[in-house]
Amino acid sequence: MRMTQSVWRALERELLVFVRTWRGSAFTAVVQPVLFLLAMGIGLGGLIDDGAGSASVRLDYLDFVAPGLLAASALLAVAGEALWGVMGGVKWMGQFKGMVATPMTPGDVYGGLVLSAGVRAGAAAIAFLVVAAVLGGVSSLWAPLAIVAAVLLAIVTMSALSAYAVRKEDDRTFPLIMRLGVIPMFLFSGTFFPVEQLPEVVQPIAVLSPLWHGVEVARDATTGTVDGWTLLHVGVLVAIAAAALPFGVRGFERRLTP
Amino acid sequence: MSVQDLVDHGRIAPPLDPRKRFLRLTERNVVGYVRAWPILLTGVVEPFLYLLSIGIGVGALVGDVTYAGRQVPYETFVASGMLATAAMNGAVFDTTFNFFIRLRYAKLYDAILATPLEPRDVALGEVTWALMRGTFYSAAFLVTMALFGLTESWWAVAALPATVLIGAAFASIGLAGATYLRSFLDFDFVNLAITPMFLFSATFFPLSQYPDALATVIRFTPLYQGVALCRALTTGEVGVGLLVHVAYLLAMVAVGVAVASRRIDGLLRS
Amino acid sequence: MVDGPLHPDALVRARGLTKAFGDFVAVDGVDFEVRRGEVFGFLGPNGAGKTSTMRMISCVSPSTGGELSVLHLDPRTDGPAIRSRIGVVPQEDNLDTELSVWDNFIVYGRYFGLPRRVLRERAQELLEFARLTDRRDDRVDPLSGGMKRRLTIARALINDPDLVLLDEPTTGLDPQARHLLWDRLYGLKRRGVTLIITTHYMDEAEQLCDRLVVMDQGRIVDEGSPRELIHRHVTPEVIELRFAEPAEQEAALSSAGEAAERIEVLADRLLLYTRDAEATHRALAERSIEPLTELTRRASLEDVFLALTGRTLEE
Ligand SMILES: Nc1ncnc2c1ncn2[C@@H]1O[C@H](COP(=O)(O)OP(=O)(O)OP(=O)(O)O)[C@@H](O)[C@H]1O
Ligand SMILES: [Mg+2]
Repeated sequence: MRMTQSVWRALERELLVFVRTWRGSAFTAVVQPVLFLLAMGIGLGGLIDDGAGSASVRLDYLDFVAPGLLAASALLAVAGEALWGVMGGVKWMGQFKGMVATPMTPGDVYGGLVLSAGVRAGAAAIAFLVVAAVLGGVSSLWAPLAIVAAVLLAIVTMSALSAYAVRKEDDRTFPLIMRLGVIPMFLFSGTFFPVEQLPEVVQPIAVLSPLWHGVEVARDATTGTVDGWTLLHVGVLVAIAAAALPFGVRGFERRLTP
Repeated sequence: MSVQDLVDHGRIAPPLDPRKRFLRLTERNVVGYVRAWPILLTGVVEPFLYLLSIGIGVGALVGDVTYAGRQVPYETFVASGMLATAAMNGAVFDTTFNFFIRLRYAKLYDAILATPLEPRDVALGEVTWALMRGTFYSAAFLVTMALFGLTESWWAVAALPATVLIGAAFASIGLAGATYLRSFLDFDFVNLAITPMFLFSATFFPLSQYPDALATVIRFTPLYQGVALCRALTTGEVGVGLLVHVAYLLAMVAVGVAVASRRIDGLLRS
Repeated sequence: MVDGPLHPDALVRARGLTKAFGDFVAVDGVDFEVRRGEVFGFLGPNGAGKTSTMRMISCVSPSTGGELSVLHLDPRTDGPAIRSRIGVVPQEDNLDTELSVWDNFIVYGRYFGLPRRVLRERAQELLEFARLTDRRDDRVDPLSGGMKRRLTIARALINDPDLVLLDEPTTGLDPQARHLLWDRLYGLKRRGVTLIITTHYMDEAEQLCDRLVVMDQGRIVDEGSPRELIHRHVTPEVIELRFAEPAEQEAALSSAGEAAERIEVLADRLLLYTRDAEATHRALAERSIEPLTELTRRASLEDVFLALTGRTLEE
């Protein structure tokens, strides 16, 4: 048992920090996606819904893009924090070292990070859903299920990326992770246009993208098309998180054990 | 005794030319990045991916848009917008983030100010480096646009210096702004400033989508100048009016460098 | 303290030099002169104003009052020219952590406008000076604290400076590295380089400095060579007495009386200043003062400092 009861204390600490700094976090987690929703859903949607394009999403574009942005923002909000935040915690500011000087184990620190990423993504998703509903981008009572998609994506992102970051001596490779991993995922996981529009050869790659699974869950939820596939996507996300966790615990132990 | 007397008497080496001193800092960044060239290369990939996703992917959903009184494919329309925003993003994020760490944590500039370099050299040197990187990215992006058939005129070549100017403007303002940041959390303010500009400066859809009053406000925002400039050049809709955008961006450079120099001086030479 | 005619070879000259941060006066009108070729020291406790003074001399902190000339130039107008001729070792290392050890030399040298050819030669010598030849291509971050310190010091010499400012150069070094560094600093002095160092360490000041000033609370409280200062303020020998109980110390103090020329009372011990330790020991025995431990040593700058300020340096 390398994650202990103290994981709750770690979570509490993370959430406390969040409460103290909620303004900035609220921006990345809520305001930013809402701005995207306004620009893409309403501004760009106005152009798309004319139906002049060669392809179509078979929905109002706002309805299409809202769940996409909800899921994608869980990924984006957590990614930077998992990389640079963790590097900051172990190196630049060293507060993790202070935490493990208490009864908290390195695993607890990690667990606290992962849990708090989930909690905050959930809160952000609720806020986003409310705004999207007001703007008219939510059309089903299943919509709250989209929150689960956001929470799971946040957990997947935090558990995997912080496991990577904690093993690194500096942040040199982080832009690489963002540019070659996170951003492509953001752009090609069915967030802005259907994956079916991609060339057929690359379509199967989308299956590898956790974000695609998250977008599918969220879109099924907000448009009311929940079925067995939805459950399968949820299962895939849970499986990825479960696979990343032990890897992360080991990484934090190696780095934070004096 | 003056400096010149001392130099003449051979007591001290001739001082560095004050106009070129800033290049020494730029050179440092080049040395630092020689090892990190793969990261530099991947910077080219990001705008390219946006072009594929928003330009081609979303473009298929949109069809044509009206620009300068004629129908333009959405890819062509949005590519020029992304050319300008990429120049801004590159300048702001790489510059402010690195600058902030060097200023507050790595104490790099404390070391540098103990050499003949002055605060203004630090500001100019960092901006120059941002421009070098930005020019490289923009050139790659422009070539990609041309290959995808998204440029409609030879004026597009002039979009390269235009992006350099956009980069300079935002790097300068970014440096000045970064001196006010106190912790990493404050980077949310940077996002707060950049994201709305990124999304609403006629980047992704024309001003005609806005109510008139809002459209007028947007015409005065910084990134809009860059987008309008790049779009006019890559589509060949060139007029004297573009000089207004150029003047606006030049003013940003002047103000940004002046404020950043003063702030660096105040922070590090207390 | 430097009244009278100017020393013709004063590389640094300060008169009434003042540094205020808002209302707080960190350096309060100090006068001093550093002559070509000497090792000059600032000695004082935390917060005395040593670093503030050094930063003014290195032209990275404008003075708020008084006069200062460095290398016969005015820091306010000739900052770049002055800095091109000095080497600065700050109290806290500020190496370029994004670069390798080697590039730290080269890039830093480039800030002075030196050609790469010259820099390659000097960097090689300085690598050896800092005993880091085998770490040449490593990044700076993983170096040990002592290695970083040596690198910072070596880097400050890349421009072959006339004047080197070292702010607590040996803090964080182990005794061996410290002695090695002293050795290197003697070497520089032999080559005619002028050195200004600050230190908390009395032994360091005694070992290295030709002349020094003792600073306290922003002021210079005395000035001279280490021997002069010791001669002026204390006796050649000191006996330190420690007692098991504070009460015993009290009792000993009241009865010790004429046994020593002067007695300083510290929290945990008594210091007896005497010209004849033998006689003092006898006098103590006569008065049947029996301390837990009794240590006889030569007087040091520590004692000078105590005499001048009434406080020990560690406080
Ligand atoms: N930038 C600053 N702003 C405000 N006060 C300052 C600043 N720098 C120094 N001080 C104050 O000036 C006083 C002298 O500081 P200084 O660093 O010169 O002392 P020092 O003799 O070098 O001490 P130490 O041995 O601890 O290094 C201190 O009280 C310090 O708090
Ligand atoms: Mg100091």
